Amino acid sequence: MEEIIQHLTPLVKEISGYIYPNEIEMHWSLLIVLYPYITGLVAGAFILASLVKVFNVKELQPVYRISLLTALAFMLVAPLPLQAHLGHPEKSFEIFLTPNVTSAMAMFGFVYMWYLMAVLQLEIWFDYRKDLILWARQEKGIRKWIHRFTSFFSNDISEKAIAFDEKAEKIITILGIPSAFLLHGYVGFIFGSVKANPWWSSVLMPIVFLFSAIVSGIALVLLIYMIVTPMRSKQVDMNCLDKLASFLFYAMIVDFSLEILDFIHRIYESEESIHILSELVSGKLFISLVVVQLLIGMIIPLGAIAVTKAFKAPAELKKLIYFTSAILVQVGIFSTRWNVVVGGQLFSKSFRGLTAYKMTFLGLEGLLVAIAILVLPLIILYVLFKLLPPWEEARMKIPVIQENINENN
Amino acid sequence: MKKWQSENANGMKRRKFIKNILFSLAALTTPAVLSAQEALKKLQTWIIGEDYNPFEHYWGMGIDINKCIGCGKCADACKKENDVPKAPFFFRTWVERYRIFKSGKTFVDSPNGAINGFRKPYYESEDKDKVIRSFFVPKICNHCDNPPCVQVCPVGATFKTPDGVVLVDGDYCIGCRYCIQACPYGARFLHPEKRTAEKCTFCYHRVVKGLVPACVEICPTQTRIFGEIKKKASPLMRFMRKHKIGVLKPSLNTEPKVYYANLDMEVR
Repeated sequence: MEEIIQHLTPLVKEISGYIYPNEIEMHWSLLIVLYPYITGLVAGAFILASLVKVFNVKELQPVYRISLLTALAFMLVAPLPLQAHLGHPEKSFEIFLTPNVTSAMAMFGFVYMWYLMAVLQLEIWFDYRKDLILWARQEKGIRKWIHRFTSFFSNDISEKAIAFDEKAEKIITILGIPSAFLLHGYVGFIFGSVKANPWWSSVLMPIVFLFSAIVSGIALVLLIYMIVTPMRSKQVDMNCLDKLASFLFYAMIVDFSLEILDFIHRIYESEESIHILSELVSGKLFISLVVVQLLIGMIIPLGAIAVTKAFKAPAELKKLIYFTSAILVQVGIFSTRWNVVVGGQLFSKSFRGLTAYKMTFLGLEGLLVAIAILVLPLIILYVLFKLLPPWEEARMKIPVIQENINENN
Repeated sequence: MKKWQSENANGMKRRKFIKNILFSLAALTTPAVLSAQEALKKLQTWIIGEDYNPFEHYWGMGIDINKCIGCGKCADACKKENDVPKAPFFFRTWVERYRIFKSGKTFVDSPNGAINGFRKPYYESEDKDKVIRSFFVPKICNHCDNPPCVQVCPVGATFKTPDGVVLVDGDYCIGCRYCIQACPYGARFLHPEKRTAEKCTFCYHRVVKGLVPACVEICPTQTRIFGEIKKKASPLMRFMRKHKIGVLKPSLNTEPKVYYANLDMEVR
C-alpha cells in the first residue's frame, strides 16, 4: 500500500486541469500495451502464412513455416502480460470456470484456446507430420524421441495419408483466417466497446487493430527471415522478400487509410470529447502519436518501400530499405498500441484534465518484466527453429529420401 | 422383416423403460432440489439479516445541488464507515466545486475529495470576482440500472442486487480493472491492499438493517436523500416529484439511479 501511495503522490503535480480523484492511478499500463502488440504479431504472422496455403502465393513459400512458428512462439507468451497485470493472478482460472457471458474479456480464454489448439498447433502438426516421421527415422537419441512424440507416434506416410494432411491443412487455414481475425479483432473489441472512453469507443477499433496486426506480423517475419538466413549462411530469396515487402506495403496502405478515416471522423463529428482529445494529441501524445506512430512508423517506411518499387533499386539497397522499414514499422506499431492503451487513460472521463503515467522499472508491471516478456518468444522461437527446422531444405521427399537412406546404409 | 419388427418392438419397450427410470430418478431428486432451495433461502437471510427481503426494495439517491455547502462530511464519513484507504487517491464518494467565470472558463476542483472542505478559495487573478455561477456537486457511484461495469466483469464479481445496488464480491474479483475502465463516472478504484475493485455500496451493510448510508446520515443540509424509487411514499419519490431531475452523462444510457436536482450543464 505504501508503495502505491509513494508512486502516486508525485503524479499529482503532473495533472493538468481536473480529473476525478480515483483516476490518478493508471490501471492498464505497459503490460497491457504488450498484450495487443503480441497478439497482433500472432495474427499477422498467421495471416501471412495463410497467403501461401489459401491464396497460393508461391513466392512466400520460404517463409511459410517461419511465420507459423513465429505465430506459435508469440502465442504461447500472449497470456503472460495479462496474467502478470492482474491484481490476483492466482484467481485467473475463474475466467474459465465461471465466465460472465456479457463480458468481452471473459471470452479471451476461449478465443485463445480455440486459436492455439484448434488452429495454430493443428496446422503446424499437419504441415510437419510427414517430416517429423522421416526425421525421426534418420535420427538417434533424444531428437528422435522428440520428433516421434511430436508426431504423436504416427507412422503413416502413404500417399493417401499425405494427401489427407494437405487437405486438412487447407481446411484449417481457411478456418484459421477468420479465427486470426477473431483473435485480434476481439482484442480491438475489448477497447472499442468501452463506451465510457471516447478515445477507445469506436466501431473501427477491431478493424484498425486487425490491419495493424497484419502489418506488424509481416514486418516481423520479414525481419526474422532476413536475420536468420544469413546466420545459416544461406542466400535470401529476393522474390520472397519483394513479395513480403509488397504485402507489407498494401497492408500499411489499408492500415494508414483506416487510421486517417478514424481521425477525420472524430474531427468531423466533433463530439463533447474533442477538446480534451485534441489537447491530448497535441500535448502528451504528440511524440508517440504524430512523430513515432505516424511519421516514423508509417509515412517513412511507406515512402521508402514505394521508392524501391518505383525506381527498381539494386538488391542490396532493397534489402537495406526493407530491413530498416520493417524495424520502423515494429516501432510504429508498438507505439500504436501504446497510444491506444496508455493514451486512452491519460485524459479524465470528466473531459476536464490530463493525468500522467510514470513507468516503473521493477515490479510485476515494470519495464524489466515487459522486456522479459518480449524476449521470451524469441527464445521459444529459437528452440522451435532447432526442433522443427522451418527451412525449405529440411523438407523431406518421401521416395528419394528413402532411396538415399538405403544407399547411405 | 419380422425380425426387424420384433427388434423395433423391443426398442419401444426399452425407450419406455428408460423414460420411466428417468422420471422416477427426477422424482427422487425433487426433495433434494427443494431442500437445496430452502437452504439457499436460509443462507440468504442469514447473510443479509432476518427481516430484510431484497426483492421488496429498489434503492436510489437524490442529491440537491443547491443544498450542498461543500463541507465534505459525507466523503469523510464514507471513508470512516467503509474503511476506505485514507490516501487522497481512493474515494467512494467525493464533492466537486464548480466555478464558472464570466470569461466562459469553468474551474473544477476537489482537494482530497473535499474531506477537509474547500479551505483555500481558488481564483485565477484575472478572473477575480468575476465568478458567475458557483456550486458544489457530491459524486458517488450512480448504481446504474444498465451498469457497464457489471457487463464487462469477466468473472461476474461485480453484480446488481435485486434491490438495485451494484456491488463487488472481493473474494471473486481477479483485479483485471476492466470495470474501472468501463465506469464513465470514475466511481471505482483498485484497493491498494486487497488488489480488488472497490466502490460505493450505498452502505449496504447499513441499508439491510434499515439505516441510511453514512453519507446521507451525516449530511448537515440534507443534500442527499436515500430511498425507494418504486414506492410512492418514499422520501426519494417525493424529492423527484418536487424537483426537475437530471442524471450524469445520460447519453451513455447507463440509467443512473442517483438523481440530481438543480444540475448544471457544466457537470460531467
